[in-house]
Amino acid sequence: MKKIYKDASAALDGVLFDGMMIAAGGFGLCGIPELLIAAIRDAGTKGLTVASNNAGVDGFGLGVLLETRQVKKMISSYVGENAEFMRQYLSGELELEFNPQGTLAERMRAGGAGIPGFYTKTGVGTVIAEGKDVKVFDGQEYIMERGIVADLSIVKAWKADPSGNLVFRKTARNFNPPAATCGKICVAEVEEIVPLGSLDPDTIHLPGIYVHRLIQGEHEKRIEQRTVRKAS
Amino acid sequence: MAWDRNQMAARAAQELQDGWYVNLGIGIPTLVSNYIPDGIEVTLQSENGMLGMGPFPIEGTEDADLINAGKQTITELPQTAYFDSAQSFAMIRGGKIAMAILGAMEVAENGDLANWMIPGKLVKGMGGAMDLVAGVGRVVVVMDHTSKHGDSKVLKSCTLPLTGKAVVDRIITNLGVLDVVEGGLKIVECAEGVSEAELRAATEATIVG
Repeated sequence: MKKIYKDASAALDGVLFDGMMIAAGGFGLCGIPELLIAAIRDAGTKGLTVASNNAGVDGFGLGVLLETRQVKKMISSYVGENAEFMRQYLSGELELEFNPQGTLAERMRAGGAGIPGFYTKTGVGTVIAEGKDVKVFDGQEYIMERGIVADLSIVKAWKADPSGNLVFRKTARNFNPPAATCGKICVAEVEEIVPLGSLDPDTIHLPGIYVHRLIQGEHEKRIEQRTVRKAS
Repeated sequence: MAWDRNQMAARAAQELQDGWYVNLGIGIPTLVSNYIPDGIEVTLQSENGMLGMGPFPIEGTEDADLINAGKQTITELPQTAYFDSAQSFAMIRGGKIAMAILGAMEVAENGDLANWMIPGKLVKGMGGAMDLVAGVGRVVVVMDHTSKHGDSKVLKSCTLPLTGKAVVDRIITNLGVLDVVEGGLKIVECAEGVSEAELRAATEATIVG
């Protein structure tokens, strides 16, 4: 069993196909699998459906796959930071399925946990509920949402060991663990692969069973909204 | 006279209770953290995966891995905990967050809230707002009472697509504070320099009591 690949293109070899569904980790530009996104751009895979909370910005993150018209559909909760995205969406070139953020996270978690659907109060009485099964539990209405099972998950972590155990850093964890679990194949990119035995088993955030392929690389880690205060 | 943004935030901060876990939305709600009363300890949740959100970083110490739900760089506190998005919304959906303070475009007398889309205009998405209003213990809305054109935003029923149905508990505007009660809205207080007649005149919703 060897999970470590030399780079992102090698790690994606044989797993990409036109029309596939990809679940991607990250929130805004924080904790996004930037190296794997760039490799998917280079591979030229088309007609992608991408489940990701956001769609990157122009020229970075998932924005690069929009510029090359590789994305057919996005499943996201918030897409406001990307002008090219909005242009394609408003002109009808790109499909968009809005999911409430927690519903999207739970759809990924459920899909990865073998749960095909679940009921939630989120979106009851809104456009999100249209066409969905409604059920009353204890006098309250809930709508059914489906678990997501993606053809491929792409995630970014801070550290990994060679067995694929992952550790995330601060709020860069975000959608990465649920996205990782919902893919038939999960490829993870990390800042550092550490020797086996050097991660404390009690502090592993995502067990290696979910991670099939692994790369280490340099990350730009761009900041979307740099906000500071004066030293007092 | 009416409350300005900071006065509205200060009034909203009076809603906080000691020991609460709270989620603050983007805009005026973010300012609430500047006015947390003395002796009240609250833990701020950021729905991208953090409890115990600290202030903005001092210039030069920004960390790309540490942002809030508005994607702004922030800092951690001694009590901070990080978790993934599924767990973050599990604690929201599970009712563990005592209160959310959110902005609004429209609110209705039955507690309906619209704050995520204007048909025909650029739609960015609901983010976590639908999950928050459906899941947290108490929803407080902070908003301007009227539009730029002077139309009431406190309505009998919302005209915009809803974020949540019958979810709002209390409305804090530049003109005063109203509660959603049986049959309509009840005036809790008027802003400094605002008469009850002015508050009523600016409100389309039914006012009871």
